[in-house]
Amino acid sequence: MCETCGCSDGARTTITNLTAGGAARAGGHDHAPVHDHVHDPARHHRHEHGHDHPHDHVHLPDGTVVELQESVLAKNDQLAARNRAWFDGREILCLNLVSSPGAGKTTLLERTIREAGARHRFHVIEGDQATANDGERIRAAGAPVVQINTGTGCHLEADMIARALGELAPPFRSVVLIENVGNLVCPALFDLGERSKVAVVSVTEGEDKALKYPHMFQAADLVLVNKIDLLPHLRFDLDACLANIRMVTPHADVLQVSATTGAGLGAWYDWIAARCAVHQALCDLPDRDGPGARRGGGEKPTA
Amino acid sequence: MHELGLTREIVAMVAGHAGGRRVRRVVLEVGTLAGVMTDAVAFCFDAVAEGTALEGAVLEIRRVEARGRCRRCGAEFVRETLHSPCACGSFDVEGLTGAELRVLSYEIGAPEAAAEGQGA
Repeated sequence: MCETCGCSDGARTTITNLTAGGAARAGGHDHAPVHDHVHDPARHHRHEHGHDHPHDHVHLPDGTVVELQESVLAKNDQLAARNRAWFDGREILCLNLVSSPGAGKTTLLERTIREAGARHRFHVIEGDQATANDGERIRAAGAPVVQINTGTGCHLEADMIARALGELAPPFRSVVLIENVGNLVCPALFDLGERSKVAVVSVTEGEDKALKYPHMFQAADLVLVNKIDLLPHLRFDLDACLANIRMVTPHADVLQVSATTGAGLGAWYDWIAARCAVHQALCDLPDRDGPGARRGGGEKPTA
Repeated sequence: MHELGLTREIVAMVAGHAGGRRVRRVVLEVGTLAGVMTDAVAFCFDAVAEGTALEGAVLEIRRVEARGRCRRCGAEFVRETLHSPCACGSFDVEGLTGAELRVLSYEIGAPEAAAEGQGA
């Protein structure tokens, strides 16, 4: 899967380990094999191909119809499954944060690292088209961070995460937070191997954001309504916003927060802690098919 | 936004599977709620296929109607959007079809030289 998105011939993804001194590595667009550090324990050292190669190239006459029945996203999905197995093997909770640009993801992560860093060993993968600005902010907040610059690509893909994990090397039972490229459209299609997507919407956006971008909100297990400290200054119908979110994704948890003032963030930290506990318990089960359903796997955190 | 990348993936997947043989038709299945603009895929396809085993191939796109089942009353119905409610009023709907994004098949052979049929 190319990381290009309709506008990006010649795009180059770069992955920069800001924690290790900021040496930029050219990621390339060369579809290199997944980084060595990433192995699916269930398929140890077996190199996966995205499809079967017919080796009987012989003599299929013109007009032969070959049944393929393969998902266009199969390659990304396979790499995402490998990432997921890698996380599970280490009991790492991985969350993929998605929003439109400016909803406050980076500010949320900064505060989360500062306030809940003692409870969880946060490691961060930052995705942006360009600049390491957000990655630098995360580093300053005190978490190991790898910055992915997608060039002109508008979302992260599973192979980028696999390569970033090789740099980030998150330890056993840590929490990996992926800040996706600010975009509510494309990231919905691309599984990264996360346990949950967390959608962030701010009250400076429209009340109908969830209705306008239903794919993304429907994929989220948690919706954070951010910047609630600004409500007194806005004509924003919070109840309508919440009703719209509920309409699109009836089962997602919804929390109201302000990453600037800290309001409501205790419930977000509790949500992470509850997810960690459920995830680790499921990873520990001897006879598991992976840590359970994406939704409803455990008690709801305090709303 | 992502349709060019998806189209490249389609061309690469089929060309790889065809193992060097020419391909003159590709049949793609796209659900109506797959989050993919089929017009954009069709628009990109000729340009992306150029210089590959699929150059000149016809792309046939079959839409799959999105159906869902209400988790409250069990009714099945056609979903116009991801948040179309059931007739009973519930928005709690399990998607059954409509998210497909699959290459169903392809046909071996050089494209017909005749211009007719192009753009069909």
